[in-house]
Amino acid sequence: MTKDHHGDTAPPYDIKLSVKALESLLVEKGLVDPEAVDALIELFQNDIGPSNGKRVVARAWVDGGFKRWLLDDPNAAIASMRYVGSQGEQLRVLENTADVHNLVVCTLCSCYPWPLLGLPPVWYKSPPYRAQAVADPRGVMRQFGTEIGEEKEVRVWDSTSEMRYLVLPQRPPDTEGWREEELQNLVTRNSMIGVEDAQRPAKTGTS
Amino acid sequence: MNGVHDLGGMQGFGPVRPELESEEPVFHAEWEGRVYAMVRLIGSLKLWNLDMVRHTRESLPPADYLAFSYYEIWFAALRKQLVESGLVTEDELRTGRASSAVSEVILERVMRAEQVRAKPFMTASYRRPAPGPARFVPGDRVRARNRHPRGHTREPRYVRGRIGTIDAHYGSQVYPDLSADGVVEGRHLYSVRFAARELWGESAHVNSAVYVDLWEDYLEAAP
Repeated sequence: MTKDHHGDTAPPYDIKLSVKALESLLVEKGLVDPEAVDALIELFQNDIGPSNGKRVVARAWVDGGFKRWLLDDPNAAIASMRYVGSQGEQLRVLENTADVHNLVVCTLCSCYPWPLLGLPPVWYKSPPYRAQAVADPRGVMRQFGTEIGEEKEVRVWDSTSEMRYLVLPQRPPDTEGWREEELQNLVTRNSMIGVEDAQRPAKTGTS
Repeated sequence: MNGVHDLGGMQGFGPVRPELESEEPVFHAEWEGRVYAMVRLIGSLKLWNLDMVRHTRESLPPADYLAFSYYEIWFAALRKQLVESGLVTEDELRTGRASSAVSEVILERVMRAEQVRAKPFMTASYRRPAPGPARFVPGDRVRARNRHPRGHTREPRYVRGRIGTIDAHYGSQVYPDLSADGVVEGRHLYSVRFAARELWGESAHVNSAVYVDLWEDYLEAAP
């Protein structure tokens, strides 16, 4: 089909054109509202992303009561901040401590806590990460520049069900007295997946 | 099914190569966003469930699954499901022109932009009653059964035959192996902890464990 339209030099399959063709067909049949497509894309580009998770983590760092609630009854705790499970999934929050480091993967597909982190990065969905994370988590983290001490236990969580996992990274040192909004800037998406620790405060002065 | 989607522990895919977090766009091309949204919107018509979607993606030819980008997999599976469900005919897919009408019942379910903005996530629960009481409690030793079903399953190959410990009981939730065939029943779901060395042998780090969510039908008591 594509050959007829584009001549011999065209690739055998043009994804952009195929997607456009399917969308017009679905719109013509009344099955898809193109404005709903736009709305969903805008939501994930602008509103639903890791900043939701950053707010949850920073709050847990400053508020011990909220942290306990988040660990004991995460769905209720995030609901209090108006976040929900995207498709009825339940959340479990995994706390990194001095002794334990947690890392999340979905070896079978790409399960990920959408309402708190948005859509997963390409690497999270890719075969290299899905293949290696369960077998060699320390090696995977090293590819992100993260070195986990020998004495620490590394726990890998394979999201094979509709449970969703969020890592609560350790609060970085030298942040005593920081406000919640300042702490949010130290929480990265990657630290909530577990491939990195939260960022450390930039040193003041000349270094 | 023992498909190429079941990637845990496979080798030879090369390094992870993450993009810089601050620079990675949500979608890398416009068509990716269109595919994502179409899959979600057509999914909300409830003509199929999540496990059917997963099984359709897993059942793509293995070479395609590995060669396709993520949203190409979504797109290929969507086309397949549109035809299999009768929503779109092969002919319509080929010509790009509508030649059959959709029933009113389905058209009434089509999501509008306001609805999407008001409620971007579906919140149906996955909890369903189990046929009986839970067989295991946290601390129990269990073996992941050595099963190789031809249909959909969420028991990854790398745990089959391996011994672990029940970490938590998550209640009774929709059982994917049946749900992919349209039979929605609950089974007890557990978090099971496996020592890395039990899964990967002596080369694994001694201070490492893998937690996998496994339904009761995947498990048997271990001595």
